[in-house]
Amino acid sequence: MKKGITMAASEAILRLESVTKTYQMGDVSVPALVEVSLTIDEGDFVAIMGASGSGKSTLMNILGCLDRPTSGRYFLAGRDVSRLDRDTLAEIRNHTIGFVFQNFNLLARTSALENVELPLVYGGLPTRDRQARAREALARVGLADRVAHHSNQMSGGQQQRVAIARAMVSQPKIILADEPTGNLDSRTSQEIIALLQAQIGAQLPSPEAAII
Amino acid sequence: MNPAQTFRVALRALIRNKMRSFLTALGVIIGVAAVIAMVAIGEGAKARVAESFSSMGSNLLIVMSGSTTRGGAFGGFGSMPTITWDDLKAVQTEVPAVRTATAELRTTVQVQSEDQNWATMVIGTTPEYFEVRSWSLARGSGFTQSDVEGGNKVAILGQTVVDKLFGSYSDPVGQSVRIKNVPFQVIGVLAKKGQSQMGQDNDDTLIIPQTTFQAKIRGGLQKYIQGIIMVSAVSTEDTPKAQTQITDLLRDRHHLQADADNDFSIRNLTELASAMQAGVSTITTLLAAIAAVSLLVGGIGIMNIMLVSVTERTREIGIRMAVGAKSRHILAQFLVEALVLSMAGGLIGVGLGVLAAQRLASAFGWPMQIRLDIVLISVIFSALVGVVFGLYPARKASRLDPIEALRFE
Repeated sequence: MKKGITMAASEAILRLESVTKTYQMGDVSVPALVEVSLTIDEGDFVAIMGASGSGKSTLMNILGCLDRPTSGRYFLAGRDVSRLDRDTLAEIRNHTIGFVFQNFNLLARTSALENVELPLVYGGLPTRDRQARAREALARVGLADRVAHHSNQMSGGQQQRVAIARAMVSQPKIILADEPTGNLDSRTSQEIIALLQAQIGAQLPSPEAAII
Repeated sequence: MNPAQTFRVALRALIRNKMRSFLTALGVIIGVAAVIAMVAIGEGAKARVAESFSSMGSNLLIVMSGSTTRGGAFGGFGSMPTITWDDLKAVQTEVPAVRTATAELRTTVQVQSEDQNWATMVIGTTPEYFEVRSWSLARGSGFTQSDVEGGNKVAILGQTVVDKLFGSYSDPVGQSVRIKNVPFQVIGVLAKKGQSQMGQDNDDTLIIPQTTFQAKIRGGLQKYIQGIIMVSAVSTEDTPKAQTQITDLLRDRHHLQADADNDFSIRNLTELASAMQAGVSTITTLLAAIAAVSLLVGGIGIMNIMLVSVTERTREIGIRMAVGAKSRHILAQFLVEALVLSMAGGLIGVGLGVLAAQRLASAFGWPMQIRLDIVLISVIFSALVGVVFGLYPARKASRLDPIEALRFE
């Protein structure tokens, strides 16, 4: 990804300034992102598209605070997060970002409820609040009757719903979905996209952005 | 994430792999059980040694006459009587570190009751004998100084002799026995003492005053003691002091030159007992150390399985990190898993070890001695093993790159 996209930065939830990411492969440095600048406002629903190897995943990792840029700055909700340490980034992921992965990434042999509870566990919420909020989140994605099911007892669509519930349960400011429909059939895919859109549009209390 | 939650997550992960968890803990179980059982057996042996020595008497020293040399053949200690009854009196009264002392003359003779007879050890001695050998009476009474002075024909029977001559449940006090056709009146029965450390039956004996012994059973020089002197020191710590004081006294009384050898010998049984106990302790320590090595091997087993577990659950770790787990959360999770494994192993090992010790103790007929401090140390040590060997895998897990971990297949 070599071109920058700039948007009107009135209430930017997320802003990249000349972000470069270079991987070191032995003696060779491989640039994955070069001078990327990007602004996304609250309430936006943005899709990042590109050919394989164009740097989508690298960008997602940086936006998701899983990785840090080699140079450039990244402002998330007004805070420069491009030079923070691992644990601070973990805290930011916990409060501010919800992930939905292509292959769901639910904990195996663990109930839907516990999967959804997971971010709240690390957020330090007491058990009762955690369970209430996890049930609520599962109800919103239409899985109120599946709380005790283990992830391997559910269909792909159901699993991805659980993942969406998990992404939203801590009321994050952004949801990052990395090809969330890549492993699903086209009908289920539409349902999942509709669900994501509906969640972002209406039901969450705080305004947020979703990036797919 | 509070400790209770960390513990629950760890427990669930272990229960998910029941068989593997059990086999991993087995190393620690066997190690701890071995340590506990070994120490318990060692302590049992030590107690057995102490018991058999205390059955001989408390803080005991034995003084024997010197050896004879006749035509180049050394006769062995006691073959030439050098110690006199006056020496005994001097030891009793003049040596501060001596609580009391007695003489023991012994021979084996046939003893008869009205309808039975039995060959037994007849001991001629003084009234202090019962105190020196810490031997109490089950019935009747012991003899007195006046019995000794009067050469009275009174006898005190050991339990085995009572069994053989009168039957187990009879009371022989007041009846008479014949020794070498001389009638003796039974005035007491000794409390049961059991086997000596040489396997001899302590209770197969009959005790009479030394004067009567010399007059009726075995004659000899009245001046010398044809047997041994048994000395009870004031305390265990005082036995070496008593030994030197008696040596000085006897050398002085026997008018020995400074460069002459002793014409008597003294054996310190307390020293022998503590030497034997020290030997047993050393062996116990050695066995426990060997057992501890197996505990170490158990620890390596834990490390091995934790490493496998970390690799297997790389993706789980990635997911946890993505939703906000910090390094210390992951570290704590795996450390607690290792700790639960090793602690559970330790506790089960204690149970098994105690059981094994009980079995072995009853098989050998030893007293069982479970040492609480060893139990505590074993459990703490196994927990330590868990922490030490769990730390490396847990650190490895906590330092995973979340992106790599999420991509792991």
